[in-house]
Amino acid sequence: MSDKVINILFCGTGGQGILTAAEIVSLAAVYDGYHTKKSEVHGMAQRGGSVESHVRYGKIVYSPLIEEGGADFLVSFHKGEHDRMKYYLSKDGVDLFADFEDAEKKVQNKKFINTYMLGALSKYLDINRESWLKALEAGFKGKFVEENRKVFLEAAAKG
Amino acid sequence: MKKIELLSGDEALARGAYEAGLKFAASYPGTPATEILEYLAKFDEIDAQWSVNEKVAYEVALGASIAGVRSIYSSKHVGINVAGDPLMTSAYTGVGGGFVAVTADDPQLQSSQNEQDNRLIAKFSKLPMLEPSSPAEAYKMAKEAFDLSEKFDTPVIIRLTTRVAHTKENVETGDRTEIENKPFTPNAQKYVMVPGHAYKKHIALEAKLAELQKSAQQSELNTMQINDKSLGIIADGAAYLYAKEVFPDASFLKLGFVYPFPDETIKKFAKEVKELYVIEEQEPFIEEHVRQLGIDVKAKDISYRIGELSPALVKEIVEGKIKTEKPSTARKPVLCPGCSHRSVFYALKKLKAVVAGDIGCYTLGALKPLEALHTTVCMGASVTIMESLSKNLGHDKVVGVIGDSTFVHSGITGLVNAAYNQAKGLLIILDNSNTAMTGSQPNPATGVNAKGKPTKKLILKEICKAAGADIVETMDAFDKNLQNKIKELMSKDALCVLIARFPCRMIDRSRQSPPVFNKDKCIVCGACLQVDCPAIYKNADGKITLDAFLCVGCNVCVSACKVDALHRAQ
Repeated sequence: MSDKVINILFCGTGGQGILTAAEIVSLAAVYDGYHTKKSEVHGMAQRGGSVESHVRYGKIVYSPLIEEGGADFLVSFHKGEHDRMKYYLSKDGVDLFADFEDAEKKVQNKKFINTYMLGALSKYLDINRESWLKALEAGFKGKFVEENRKVFLEAAAKG
Repeated sequence: MKKIELLSGDEALARGAYEAGLKFAASYPGTPATEILEYLAKFDEIDAQWSVNEKVAYEVALGASIAGVRSIYSSKHVGINVAGDPLMTSAYTGVGGGFVAVTADDPQLQSSQNEQDNRLIAKFSKLPMLEPSSPAEAYKMAKEAFDLSEKFDTPVIIRLTTRVAHTKENVETGDRTEIENKPFTPNAQKYVMVPGHAYKKHIALEAKLAELQKSAQQSELNTMQINDKSLGIIADGAAYLYAKEVFPDASFLKLGFVYPFPDETIKKFAKEVKELYVIEEQEPFIEEHVRQLGIDVKAKDISYRIGELSPALVKEIVEGKIKTEKPSTARKPVLCPGCSHRSVFYALKKLKAVVAGDIGCYTLGALKPLEALHTTVCMGASVTIMESLSKNLGHDKVVGVIGDSTFVHSGITGLVNAAYNQAKGLLIILDNSNTAMTGSQPNPATGVNAKGKPTKKLILKEICKAAGADIVETMDAFDKNLQNKIKELMSKDALCVLIARFPCRMIDRSRQSPPVFNKDKCIVCGACLQVDCPAIYKNADGKITLDAFLCVGCNVCVSACKVDALHRAQ
């Protein structure tokens, strides 16, 4: 395992399933044996306000927060929030906003957009497929297991 | 059985307490502490309750400790103020079974009315304090806290901040150990705090603090890491993690047992390093003490006492900078589509009422464009401030607004006070039968307890009458006559309560058809935007859009439309 800590920033607005998506990638990283930290804010922000979740994993993680210009991946679910948070992305970081636009077109049920985004993200991460699938099931608390798996694998296979 | 789990600081702390043989837990919901009790309520071995407020929670939990069982209290930082009375004297009485009080502070006010630093409570109350910087530490410290509590016969405070409480991390959990109850024997010298007893207890308390300090000096929760000696950093909580991130090679004294201060450890560390910094969030709690020890130390500018820290800000502190405040660009939070508070605030706005508000989702009624709520100080202060505003501005101009859970928390006493002191005016109880802002917890008015079981239900109407309200009426919050009813009650020469009732949308997910929107009639006057609903907004093309995915069909926007472009669906 390399010493490099992977930084993933999720952003969007309340009710889009962002916190669930961040939970699932964190679980997958834990199942793969990485030290993982996920930080977010609950309470007032969830009432339609801005939602962001910082996920960091690696051999050892100290700060629960990603620094500005330090995100390796920006996973956004909202144009305005994407533009607002883009300064967090590192110079060589990957912006997955195009995948979100794809998801909006391709995913019929809006509920599964976060799963699609996880599939798109999974292509870049050194996390085993089994850990992902296990995390999907745990993260959605056993609901819509087959549907989520299908959407995830479809996005993961694309491109 | 050992197991690796992804737990938040709240959950990890609760898990540690569970494994330490905890049998009783009491709390009042408040961000970022809520999940502690939610986690504990799942276990059959634990009698867990949402108490009506934090003072009650602290007393009930202390009572359980006196009865001999391991017990825990938890709340957000401002909850400790409400519990302040029993907390201060519990330092004198000490405990029976181990007793831990958790405060979850909220630097940066993610969801709070102030940024108080409750580390100062430890010094003020003379109670020992542990402070984890991550969930894994919170798990470990919860166990340690119960042992300390029983060893030193004292409540032990654990302090979290939002970035510890709401960060998740891998935590290795294990099995529960059952702890035998401590026997209860009447002991007036210990538990009856009359002046004569309390004076002797104060003498004993000072001696106890000296012993606790020795324990802090030997504690493994305070760790010294000697690396590059040119830079030494004393840090606690999340601030330690930020400093470690930015200066991985520096020498560290990480404080986990933060009060009483481990003076000898601090002196020893100061001698080891060339340049010494204290990196801590909020108040100069550690900094001032280190200076008192006569140690030359560098610390943050006053500007960094405001808000939380981050790795970047820690770097700035060490560079000797002054913080520059950046305006927040985050979206403002807003009431949910179909929220029953919206219809009440829209009516109050039209009536141009002066509104004394309270703490809950409905505090959002203060924000633009509704701007229909004019004071918010603390839990329960709507009723009391309404009393004084009514007396001074005229009771026909003033309304108090409070949620059902907040009314039970500390609004009832205010209403008794208003009646007793012959106040007049209108109090509206926004009864959505939910403690919603903190994520939907039950309360006495919902008739369900923390374990999700049915229980005795508090009838708001009857308690308002018993408190001394002259007129108590109940109305559907979406009733077409709501505005007229409010106007009528405001004009009465009496103390009135209107219970505006509608279930919270977070609980009752049923929906009606969205209104019919006739785009051709819309003149984009913006009247519908004044109701501030996420389901109706101006699009990039300048036209009004009704979002059928978000809309639940409450029709408040219909009543706002002046040109007949919006109609109720048939």
